[in-house]
Amino acid sequence: MSRVIVRIPTPLRGFAGGNSEIAAEGADVGAVLSAIGADHPELLERVMKDDGQPREFVNIYLGSDNVRTLDGMNTPVGEGDVLSILPAVAGGAG
Amino acid sequence: MPGPFQPPRVSQMNRISLPAPMREELAAIAVDGYPYETCGVLVGACADDGVRVEKVFQARNLNTERARDRYVLDPDDLMSADLAAREAGLEIVGFWHTHPDHPARPSETDREAAWDGYSYVILSVSGARVEDLRSWRLNGEGFVEEQVAA
Repeated sequence: MSRVIVRIPTPLRGFAGGNSEIAAEGADVGAVLSAIGADHPELLERVMKDDGQPREFVNIYLGSDNVRTLDGMNTPVGEGDVLSILPAVAGGAG
Repeated sequence: MPGPFQPPRVSQMNRISLPAPMREELAAIAVDGYPYETCGVLVGACADDGVRVEKVFQARNLNTERARDRYVLDPDDLMSADLAAREAGLEIVGFWHTHPDHPARPSETDREAAWDGYSYVILSVSGARVEDLRSWRLNGEGFVEEQVAA
């Protein structure tokens, strides 16, 4: 179990007790986010689908790496790592 | 009875401060990137009546197949902008992108991906000039136009 800092984007802070960062413990990315979800279920609902995968318009970074390029939610975390929740931004005129 | 033309709703609450040098920076990127969509990140701070943009970042458009009318903002560029913002004591307040030869109004594609709580600046660009710049904020299921101030 590692203690990790999770950075919360501004629009989701209302679902995280107003915090910009939350510390949580877990062995991998999914476990850390699930641990946060125990206290902040509405936050978890907006980040993770029922199947445990990130929602379509959400990206999760471990340090400077998108976890989709690693082992996804099974990516192991280390003590003091930083997880960032970010919007996946897309659109266009068409 | 309202007519067929419905003027955009302008929020009395939301205002985005986008100083002229940053508008000019966005316009230069928009024109340089034409006829393709360009996109990026708005970094700043919350103000009493909205948000204040203090820095703009350009990001890569990963949608190369439909780059004339779609964009996917490179998440690595967003991550870099987020780090820079936090180091400066600022935060991400929104995003910008261009609509080449289309109005500066959000499309259904824009709405599908939008998050509540961010400003979405759209620049309409035609050839050598920016025709219009507007900012929008998702309010439930639809966009509400914001007041753009210097």
